[in-house]
Amino acid sequence: MPFGKVSTPVQWEEDGYTVTRTNSWSAPGDHPTGAGMKLYVKDGILEKVEGDPEHSILKGALPIRMLSLPEYVYNPDRVIYPMKRDPKKRGDNTAWERISWDEAYDMIVGKVKEYTEKFNSNSIITFVGTGREAGNWGPTISCRVFNSPNICYMQSGWSCYGPRMAVTSYVLGAPYPEVDYAAQFPDSYDDPRYTYPGCILLWGKEPLKSNPDGFWGHSLVDMMKKGTKFITVDPRLTFEAANSEFWLQPRPGTDTALAMAFLNVIINEELYDYDFVENWTFGFEEFTKRIQDMPPAKAAEICGVPEEKIIGAARFFAKSKPGAVQWGLAIDQNPNGVQLGECLIAIMAICGCIDVPGGNVMGAIDIGGLGSGYSDLDPQDKINEQIGVDEFPALVRTLQFTDPDSVLDQLESGAPFKLKMGFFTSANAIANPCNVPKRWENALNTLEFNVATDIFINPTISATCDLFLPVNTYAERDMYVATHYGAVGLWIGGIKKAITVGEAKSDVEILRTLGKKLRPELWQYDTDVEYINDQKLKTLGITMEELWEHGWWHVDYEYQKYAKGKLRADGLPGFMTPTGKIELYSTMIEAWGDDPMPYYKEPPTSPVSTPEYAAEYPLVLSTGARTWSYFHSEGRMVPKLREVEPNPLVDINPKDAKKYGIIDGDWVWLENSYGKCKMKASVQPGQKEGALAAQHGWWYPERDASAPELFGVYEVNVNNLTPYKTVGVLGFGAPYKCLMCKIYKA
Amino acid sequence: MSDYGLLIDYKYCTGCHSCEVACKLRLNLPDGQYGIKLIDDKPWQIDEDTWEYKWLPVPTKLCDLCADRIEAGKTPTCVLHCCAHVMEYGKVEDLAVRMKELGSRTVLFVP
Repeated sequence: MPFGKVSTPVQWEEDGYTVTRTNSWSAPGDHPTGAGMKLYVKDGILEKVEGDPEHSILKGALPIRMLSLPEYVYNPDRVIYPMKRDPKKRGDNTAWERISWDEAYDMIVGKVKEYTEKFNSNSIITFVGTGREAGNWGPTISCRVFNSPNICYMQSGWSCYGPRMAVTSYVLGAPYPEVDYAAQFPDSYDDPRYTYPGCILLWGKEPLKSNPDGFWGHSLVDMMKKGTKFITVDPRLTFEAANSEFWLQPRPGTDTALAMAFLNVIINEELYDYDFVENWTFGFEEFTKRIQDMPPAKAAEICGVPEEKIIGAARFFAKSKPGAVQWGLAIDQNPNGVQLGECLIAIMAICGCIDVPGGNVMGAIDIGGLGSGYSDLDPQDKINEQIGVDEFPALVRTLQFTDPDSVLDQLESGAPFKLKMGFFTSANAIANPCNVPKRWENALNTLEFNVATDIFINPTISATCDLFLPVNTYAERDMYVATHYGAVGLWIGGIKKAITVGEAKSDVEILRTLGKKLRPELWQYDTDVEYINDQKLKTLGITMEELWEHGWWHVDYEYQKYAKGKLRADGLPGFMTPTGKIELYSTMIEAWGDDPMPYYKEPPTSPVSTPEYAAEYPLVLSTGARTWSYFHSEGRMVPKLREVEPNPLVDINPKDAKKYGIIDGDWVWLENSYGKCKMKASVQPGQKEGALAAQHGWWYPERDASAPELFGVYEVNVNNLTPYKTVGVLGFGAPYKCLMCKIYKA
Repeated sequence: MSDYGLLIDYKYCTGCHSCEVACKLRLNLPDGQYGIKLIDDKPWQIDEDTWEYKWLPVPTKLCDLCADRIEAGKTPTCVLHCCAHVMEYGKVEDLAVRMKELGSRTVLFVP
């Protein structure tokens, strides 16, 4: 069995401590990386944590977001009891009053029943955040507890992971293809089936800081030490870029042109894998014609990358065996990103990277992560009523989430019907993902009853909520963690409860309790573990008890599944697409109403598409720069993390800094026609000239919590500069990474 | 001079701060004090395709090489938690041999 190998039971005594072995997720924040940890508890208090050297992937390493866990768990700002507030006093953070869980549950159940009877349960909407464990439960709460299909992730264009997942499902017929980092093998890189990638093409991503979607970022360094080469496409100089064979620095938002030029070189110079193209791809001939639109010289001009570098990098990648592509958030945060995604999957496919050792692995199984719960809607066709389905059917039907901008429209207009209740599961909307955040705040305040589950009172809760339910941290609950939220199953770790803090409860306990009261026929489970064993792990033939005993479980992985008839429901060789092949010509994208093949489109505002706008706002602005300390809007109140990264930073090239009279460390305003925000300038010679990179998710827990201050969130929110409904043809991708702005000293 | 030291293969140091924070937590140090301090040299350009991009964790006078952890059969906390696995603890003469194996851009500290 591919279980982990550990030398201890899940809990043991050591030097007067009870030690618990666990795997991190959130809160506090990281993606589902599942860092192996030991939690040291004395007299019921978590005193310290350590990395677990036996962990098959991290081998004892521990990012600072996990090291500082005790400062998060016992933070004086943390709220560990349910609280309510008179809806008339929204924005007044002094108006909260402690209540019991029974009262809190009664309030919710009463409101859900009332709104369901009077207005239809669709008037109840669940809001989810990004990357946290709670995001996995959003559809379950919404569909299986409230019986509403309206689940909203409040980022215009669903610009995080959604577009990549959609393109993958259309073109590849499978969940997200990830770089093979041996996570599926108990012996990690030592498994004889494994090969290190020859070259990783790292596109618009900074895995070291972000551990994206459960990929352990520092595994890139493990691979680098073993000789893996890198090509990095990023306007910013990162550690990865500085250590790459080729570093391509495109103007943000133009990289679809760059990717098309890569394909132009690989196809025209016949550097592709003939056999794979012949047997396993669809539409290669038409694709070849299309790609002639973008010779490297043209892409060089569009992107501001030297032509010879494009050609050199494309050749280098195509000749590397095995090659692997790692594609990041920059693909999602671009209205032209669906086409970029098509290109990157095409590169993986024609270069023979798909499902081979050291290439891009395709998860063999779905352990019911994201998206679980839709089948519990009653009646089932409620799924057709998701907000935004008429305007953006591709987005809504593929992701089975509402279109976020359409939710904003509906909140503001009350049409076609008025939404009544919002349930926020770890979703700090106005500080973190959403565009036009002030508009969102006002719109959320049109809801009659807003409930939040979270660890801290954040700006969104202070501004808009009436009931606060304290959730616990991963040190306080029994749970599992699976890479890519379970959608690309390679590895699953056990999370084991070590402590109890106040009255905080797990997300699952909250939804189980509400479920029992609202739809008891679906909720026979008395514990979280019973629920997880039955609903999540049963199909794998494992249990939570086994995960704890062995630490973690690896999928029994098989390469080249497409050749063995292991991807399709009908058991035939090939991929789960309409043509059974990887579709370079996408029949699905064509059916949804977009061009079936990649094309380049300038960003909505850019020095090229809007020269007049650029005269006033000359700099290209990318948001979402990752940090070591923080996971989106989390962690600013944690002393050790804040000491490492005390201020919100915007990176600027020295030439631009000089031009605008800015020196390193100056407070500056970034401003465009939508709004402005205040950050500290970090002058970086590695930043692309003419482009800025700003951090996101900032607020100041030390400032006044009440409106209008709201922890200073609007002063520092870079999303003040992000437009509304400026997305791709199918609704995917807003320009978070290709805005325009000016910069001046504050 | 101590017989033991820390070897750092700093060509792979990513600047993740785990050594620094793990040490501060172990020694319970206030803001501004460190047992090992990550020194930041902002990246700068050597020629068109070469960048000097490095971090260097430097032990301070507060570093005791995690004497209590060593006694308990563990590695120093900075070594254990280093995300890039670039730190090694050991006898100075053994680490010197190891330096030769690792080749370029390594440093040996004897705190």
